[in-house]
Amino acid sequence: MKRLVLLSTIVFTLGLSGLRADEGVKVSPIDHAATLKECGGCHIAFPPQMLPSRSWIKLMGDLANHFGENASLDQAVQDDIATYLAAHAADAPATKGGARFTKGVGADSVPLRITDTPYWKREHDEIAASRFSDPKIKSKANCIACHRTADKGEFLEED
Amino acid sequence: MNKSHKIALISLLSLSNVSMVLPAAADPARDAILATLAEEAKKADPAFGGFSAERGQAFFAAKHTGGKPDTPSCTSCHSQDPTAAGETRAGKRIEPLAVSKNPSRFTKVDEVNKWFGRNCNSVLGRECTAVEKGDFIIYLSGK
Ligand code: HEC
Ligand code: HEC
Ligand code: HEC
Repeated sequence: MKRLVLLSTIVFTLGLSGLRADEGVKVSPIDHAATLKECGGCHIAFPPQMLPSRSWIKLMGDLANHFGENASLDQAVQDDIATYLAAHAADAPATKGGARFTKGVGADSVPLRITDTPYWKREHDEIAASRFSDPKIKSKANCIACHRTADKGEFLEED
Repeated sequence: MNKSHKIALISLLSLSNVSMVLPAAADPARDAILATLAEEAKKADPAFGGFSAERGQAFFAAKHTGGKPDTPSCTSCHSQDPTAAGETRAGKRIEPLAVSKNPSRFTKVDEVNKWFGRNCNSVLGRECTAVEKGDFIIYLSGK
């Protein structure tokens, strides 16, 4: 009986990883108008699933100093967005499969960048640094330059 | 410069001023934003004599100090040519600010206030004055 469970687990896992190679990684797209509008003006609205909730709360607490820019919002809008992001974070109860995005992030570490997480670095470790500084891409944070449907929560192999 | 040249120059300038102000007058929402800014400017300085596209252009192109080091100028993101698209630091396209290319510019008061608030703080390290905002809008309304 145990063996059967193990076997089917293996088959299931193989099946999943087979799917993954074709389909890339998908997360539920953001369905919150304020987050899409206010966090999507300077870059795509990043998927909340890719950082722990403590990261979103810290980031939302200092929008006046946001990666070298001022991204401030009215307090009410700011609170609304912080609540949404925290509720859909990697470690939020409602998020399925979020743990992989924060694997290797220490319990007391609060990464403010998805691109600083061990998961992201691992997935992109074969990409030369010069790719990211290419004027057409400009930044690691320009996900959509390589993942054309990143704004729909889809991180597929680039075409 | 002799006198007739000077007069020719002045009439040319006022002509170009007229054409710069006209497109702005075409949109009531933008007019209302400008009227509010003019009121504010008058309150701050009773000698306020109207907005200037020339001042707006200089402000747009200038390298400022006091703000964040990565964004010394409005042109850091909005491109040197306001009729062309710009780009954020994360590589996202910004549609042109020139009203001729993008007629909905400066027509939504909340958006205008929000972005002046953010971008003036990023570039200058302070709020923009009403005169700076009005000059900026008048300049881009004629572009
Ligand atoms: C320079 C292009 C480039 C940029 C910019 C980029 N990626 Fe990627 N990304 C890739 C490539 C190439 C892969 C590996 C190909 C693959 O397996 O799909 C990848 C893989 C991934 C994967 C894993 C997909 C999988 O199938 O397992 C995720 C998730 C991901 N990227 C998210 C992001 C996020 C989030 C951003 C922005 C913060 C980003 N990427 C920016 C090129 C890029
Ligand atoms: C005024 C422009 C602006 C707005 C608005 C803005 N950001 Fe950013 N954001 C930036 C810049 C600039 C960076 C740094 C990009 C880079 O390194 O290339 C950044 C980076 C980020 C990163 C890190 C990306 C990485 O490297 O993994 C996160 C997360 C982020 N922003 C979240 C948000 C959220 C949430 C909001 C909405 C509350 C928001 N941003 C609104 C300008 C903005
Ligand atoms: C760091 C990048 C950046 C810099 C620097 C910058 N802006 Fe912007 N600006 C943006 C983005 C992003 C938007 C929103 C996207 C859009 O409206 O297309 C925007 C929009 C605006 C708007 C709203 C226009 C409208 O549609 O009503 C105004 C006003 C504005 N900027 C003024 C300025 C001024 C004034 C400066 C210089 C003091 C400046 N910006 C510098 C990125 C920047």
